[in-house]
Amino acid sequence: MLRATLKSLLARKVRLVLSGLAVVLGVMFVSGAFVLTDTLGRSFDTVFSDAYAGTDVGVSAKPKIDVSEMEGMEVAATFPASALEKVREVPGVASATGLAMADGARVIGSNGKVLTSVGPPQLGSNWAGETGQLELREGRGPTADTEVAVNAGVAKAAKLAVGDRVGVLTLQPKRDFTVVGIFGYSGDRDSLGGAQEVAFTEPVAQELMLGQPGVFSELSVKAADGVAPAELRDDIAAALGDGYVVKTGEQLSDDAAAGLKEGLAFFNNILLGFAGVALFVGIFLILNTFSIIVAQRTRELALLRAMGAGRRQVIGSVLVEAVAIGLVASVLGLGAGIGVGALLAYVFGQTAGGLQLAGLGVPPAAVISSFAVGLIVTVIAAVLPAMRAARIPPIAAMQDVATPDRPLTKISVAGAVVTAVGGTLMALGLSGNTGDNTLLTILGGVLLSFVGVALLTPLISRPVVGLLGRLFSWSVPGKLGRLNSGRNPRRTAITAAALMVGIALVTGVTVILDSAKSSISALAEDTIQAELVISGAQTGARPPSFDPAVLDQAAELPGVAMVAGLYGDRAVVGGKQGWITATSSVPALREIYRASPTAGSIDSLGPNQLLVDSGTAKDRGLSVGDTVPVQLSRGDARTYTVTGIYAESQLFGGFVVPASAAADFAVPQPTQAYLKLAPGASVDQVMPQVETLLADSPEVSVADRADFIEQQTSQLDGLLTMIQILLALAIVIAVLGIVNTLALSVLERTRELGLLRAIGLRRGQTMRMITVEAVVISVFGALLGVAVGTGLGAAVVRALREDGITDLVVPWGQMGVFLGLAAVVGVVAAVLPAIRAARLNVLGAIAHE
Amino acid sequence: MAARANDVWKVYGSGEAQVVALRGVNAEFERARFTAIMGPSGSGKSTLMHCLAGLDSVTRGTIHIGDTAVTGLGDAGLTKLRRDKVGFIFQQFNLLPTLTALENILLPLSIAGRKPDKEWLDVVIETVGLRDRLGHRPAQLSGGQQQRVACARALASRPEVIFADEPTGNLDSRAGAEVLGFLRRSVAEYQQTIVMVTHDPVAASYAGRVIFLADGQIVSELIEPTPDTVLDTMKKLDGLTEAGL
Ligand SMILES: Nc1ncnc2c1ncn2[C@@H]1O[C@H](COP(=O)(O)OP(=O)(O)O)[C@@H](O)[C@H]1O
Ligand SMILES: [Mg+2]
Repeated sequence: MLRATLKSLLARKVRLVLSGLAVVLGVMFVSGAFVLTDTLGRSFDTVFSDAYAGTDVGVSAKPKIDVSEMEGMEVAATFPASALEKVREVPGVASATGLAMADGARVIGSNGKVLTSVGPPQLGSNWAGETGQLELREGRGPTADTEVAVNAGVAKAAKLAVGDRVGVLTLQPKRDFTVVGIFGYSGDRDSLGGAQEVAFTEPVAQELMLGQPGVFSELSVKAADGVAPAELRDDIAAALGDGYVVKTGEQLSDDAAAGLKEGLAFFNNILLGFAGVALFVGIFLILNTFSIIVAQRTRELALLRAMGAGRRQVIGSVLVEAVAIGLVASVLGLGAGIGVGALLAYVFGQTAGGLQLAGLGVPPAAVISSFAVGLIVTVIAAVLPAMRAARIPPIAAMQDVATPDRPLTKISVAGAVVTAVGGTLMALGLSGNTGDNTLLTILGGVLLSFVGVALLTPLISRPVVGLLGRLFSWSVPGKLGRLNSGRNPRRTAITAAALMVGIALVTGVTVILDSAKSSISALAEDTIQAELVISGAQTGARPPSFDPAVLDQAAELPGVAMVAGLYGDRAVVGGKQGWITATSSVPALREIYRASPTAGSIDSLGPNQLLVDSGTAKDRGLSVGDTVPVQLSRGDARTYTVTGIYAESQLFGGFVVPASAAADFAVPQPTQAYLKLAPGASVDQVMPQVETLLADSPEVSVADRADFIEQQTSQLDGLLTMIQILLALAIVIAVLGIVNTLALSVLERTRELGLLRAIGLRRGQTMRMITVEAVVISVFGALLGVAVGTGLGAAVVRALREDGITDLVVPWGQMGVFLGLAAVVGVVAAVLPAIRAARLNVLGAIAHE
Repeated sequence: MAARANDVWKVYGSGEAQVVALRGVNAEFERARFTAIMGPSGSGKSTLMHCLAGLDSVTRGTIHIGDTAVTGLGDAGLTKLRRDKVGFIFQQFNLLPTLTALENILLPLSIAGRKPDKEWLDVVIETVGLRDRLGHRPAQLSGGQQQRVACARALASRPEVIFADEPTGNLDSRAGAEVLGFLRRSVAEYQQTIVMVTHDPVAASYAGRVIFLADGQIVSELIEPTPDTVLDTMKKLDGLTEAGL
C-alpha cells in the first residue's frame, strides 16, 4: 500500500513541486528568522565580549527612569568622581578608569547632514587612552577642549581625516572640533558592532554627554592578578553602597548583547509574519492540489477500495503523500532559509557599519521548527481531501463518470458559521474588552473570517464567475473557458481564495491607514493654528532636536507672532510613567492647539508647576492644587503643583511643564516648534529666514502646515509598504496556485482537449480558452479580496471611531489596480498550462485514459 | 455454496426517475463453478453483480458470500469481505498505472498486509503467461495482457469468489479467448469460483452454467452451454419479450 502511494507520488512530481512551493517559502522564512537571529546574536556576543575584554568589573548607577516600562531613550544615571576614588581603594583593584559616555553624539558629515544610525549607538565619551580594545590608527587622543578623536567607522562615513574640523551635536547644540586622532579596535575593526564613537577630553565629555561636570556614567575596573571578578564585584558593591549597579565584565557583555538581541526580535517578527502569510495561503494551495489529485484518482482509489483497502488505508495513503511533500518542502525551505538568513545577516552587518559576522549558525530550533511547520501545515491541508478520498465508494471504480459535484449546502452553512464566528471575534477584539488578548483575538477573527469566506466562495463563485465570464463570451474559446471555470465551483473557489487572502489583507490595511491619515489630517487642519512648523524625521529612539536659541531668534523675526517650542520625554509622575512636554511658551501652545481649560488656569506656568489634560487627570485622580512628585530622566525628583487642567484632545495630551525643566529631559533641546505668523505676514517671506536660523541644526527643517501634516501622516506609509511586500508574496503564491489548478485541469481534460482539437479547435484558440479560465479565476479572487478587505477595513475603522478615526476612505483607484493586476496575473499564470494544452498530440490525447 | 441471492430487489432513484433494476432475484452460485450472467443491455446484470459483491446495497432481500451475510454489513465489514473473500475483474481501468504488472498482482495482498504464497503465485503467473512482462507498466501492455494481469491479481489471493464484469468487453476475440480460457482453467484446475457478467454468447459458452436476466428477473438457465445454445436461448427470450411477455 505504501509502495503504491509512493509510486503514484513520484509520477506526479511537477504538481508536488508546485503545491509544495508555498510551504517551501513559508519554511524558508521561519528558518531564515532563526538563522538570522542566531548568527547576529553570536556576532553581537563576540563584539561585546571584545568590547568588555579589558573590564573585569563595571560600575554604573541605576537609571532614574526604567525604560522597560515605556518606550523611550534610556539615560545613564551619573555619579560623582569621588566614587572612582572609593573604588580605587578597594583591595584587589589593579586599576579603575572613569568613563563619561553616553549615546547621542551626532557627527555632522561632509554633506552637512547628521550621520544616522539605525540601531547601533552614537557614543560620545572621554578619551581614556589606548585601553582595552582601542587602538589609535592616526594622530593622537584629544588634549584640548576643542579636539576630538573619532573611530574609523565615523571617519569613513563622514569622510574625516586628522586635522579636519567637524561639528558634533550632543546634549548641547552644534559645537565644532578639530579631529586630532582616528582610532580602531583590535582585530582591525573600524567599529564595534557598527557603533559610532567620538572621544572628547574628560571635562568636555562630562559637560556634553552627561550634562554635568565632574561626574561619570561608568567605571571600568581591572582586577589585580589572582582576584576573581565576581569577588571583586561584591567587594566594590559593598564599598559603594546603594544606588550603584556593579557587574562583572562578562555580565555587562551579556547584558549589552541581550539588549541588541531584543532589537532583533523585530526582524524576526517581520520574517515570521511573512512565513505566516505564505503558510496560510499555502494551506489553500495544498488543499486544492490534494482535492484535485483525489478527484483524479477517484477510479484508482475506488479500485483499491474494491480490492479491500479500508477507509483508514485510503486516508493514510493521502496523508503519506502529504508527509512526503511536507518533508521535501521542509528540507528545501530549510536550505533556502539558511541562505536567506545568511544574506540578511550579511546585509545587516554591512548596514550596521561593518559588523563582523561570527560564522553562519543553524540552531537546532531552526531545523526542528522547519520540519514541524512544513509537516503540520501540509498534513492539515491534506486532511479534508483525505477524508473525501475515504468516502469514495468502491463502486466508483466501475462507473464512467466521477462522482457528481456534491451540493454546496453543507460547505456554505459551515462557511457562514465560521465567518460569523470570525466576525464576532473581531468585533470582540476591536471593542477592546479582551485585555491582553486583543491582538490575538483580532488576528484570530481575521483568520477565521478568511477561512469562512473561503468556504462560502464556491457558492458565490457560481453567479459571479458566470457574470465575469460573460465578458469573454464573444468567442468560442472564451465561452469554453468561461464554462470550464464554472465547472467545478469548489476548485475555482479555493484557487481564487488564495488570491483573495493577499488582496484582502492589503485592501483592508489600506482602508484603515488611508482612513486614519485622512482623519488625522482633517483634525490637524482644524486644530493646529500655526503656519510654520520646525521638526525632523525620527529614525531611531532619539527624536531629532535643535538649538533652543532658535526659538528666541524666530520669535523676533518680523512677521512671527508667536513661537511655541516643545520638548518631549517620559517622566515618572506620582509613581507612574507618562509623557511630559516642556514648552517655551504656554500661551503660544494654548493658542496653537486651541486648548481650553477645564479647571485652573492654562495661561502660564511657573517653576515647579504643571498642567495636565483632563483624561490623564481623571485617570490619576489629579485636580488643581494637588502636588505630585515628578522624576525626570536626569536629576532628583521634584514636587510639582498642578495649576491647570486642559481639555483632552486627539492631537495633544499629557503633562506640560515650563521649558526650564527640560534641562533634565533625556533630550534637553526642543524637538518641535510651532510658529504663528502675524496677520498679513506671508509664509513665503518668513520661511527662508527660519531656514537660515536652522543652519546649525541639521536634524530639523521648517515646513508649512500642510507639508508638516503630510510629513506626520506619511509615517504610516512605511507600514503600508511592508504590507504591500507581504501582498506581493501572497500574490506570488496565489499565482502558483492558479498555475497548479490549471495544469491539473488541463491534465484532467486531456481527452476532452484532444477531442476539441480533433474537431478543429486551433492551438491559439486552445491557449485562449485556458487563459480566459485563468483570468476569470484570478479576477474573481481579486474581486473577493477587494470586497472582503474593504469589509474588514471598514469594520476596524468603525471600531476606532472613538479614537478619532472618523473618516472612511475607500481606495477605489487602488482596487481598480488590483483588478487589473489580477487579470495580468491570470494571463501570466495561464502561460505554461496553455502551452501544454496547445501542444497536446491529438491522437494521443484521445487515447488517453 | 459460494454466493447466494434471496429475493433481491434493487430500486434506483425515486418518484418519476425510479428504476427497478432487480425484481426478486433468487440465485445460487456453487463452489468451483464458472457461472455466466447473460442478458440484454440494461437487464440488470451489473447491478446483480454489484449487489452480490457487496459493492452496492440491495433494496430488499439478502445476499450471502460463503457463510457471511453481506446485507447488513457496515463499511468495515464490507471492506474485510472484499479483502478476504472477493476478487474483481472489471471491464477496464483494472490496474494502477504507476505500478508494474507484478506490483499490481500483489496489490490486494499488500493492502491486506498478507504475504503472498510463493508457489501459488508462481502457478498463477505461469498460467496467465506473463512471466516476461512482470516488470512492465500497464501502459506498456496490450489490452489482453492488462486483463490477464487483472485475472492474475484476482486469483493471487485465492478469494472465495471472483466477480468479473464484461472482462473481455474491450478485447478483440483472440485476446478475449485467451482470458476466458484462462478463467476456465482456473475453475477446472484450481477450483476457483467465478461469476462473470457478459452479453457475448461466445464468452458465456466458456462458463459451466449460464443464467439469463431480463428486466431484472432471472428468466432462464443453461448448463454446459455452447455458443449456439446460448444464442438460441437469447433469441427465444427476445421473441418472448417482443411478444410482450
Ligand atoms: N446508479 C444508477 N442509478 C440509476 N439507475 C441505474 C443505476 N445503475 C443502473 N441503473 C439502471 O438499472 C438498470 C440496470 O442496469 P445495469 O445493471 O447496469 O444493466 P446491465 O449491466 O445489464 O447493462 C438500467 O435500467 C440502468 O439504467
Ligand atoms: Mg453492465
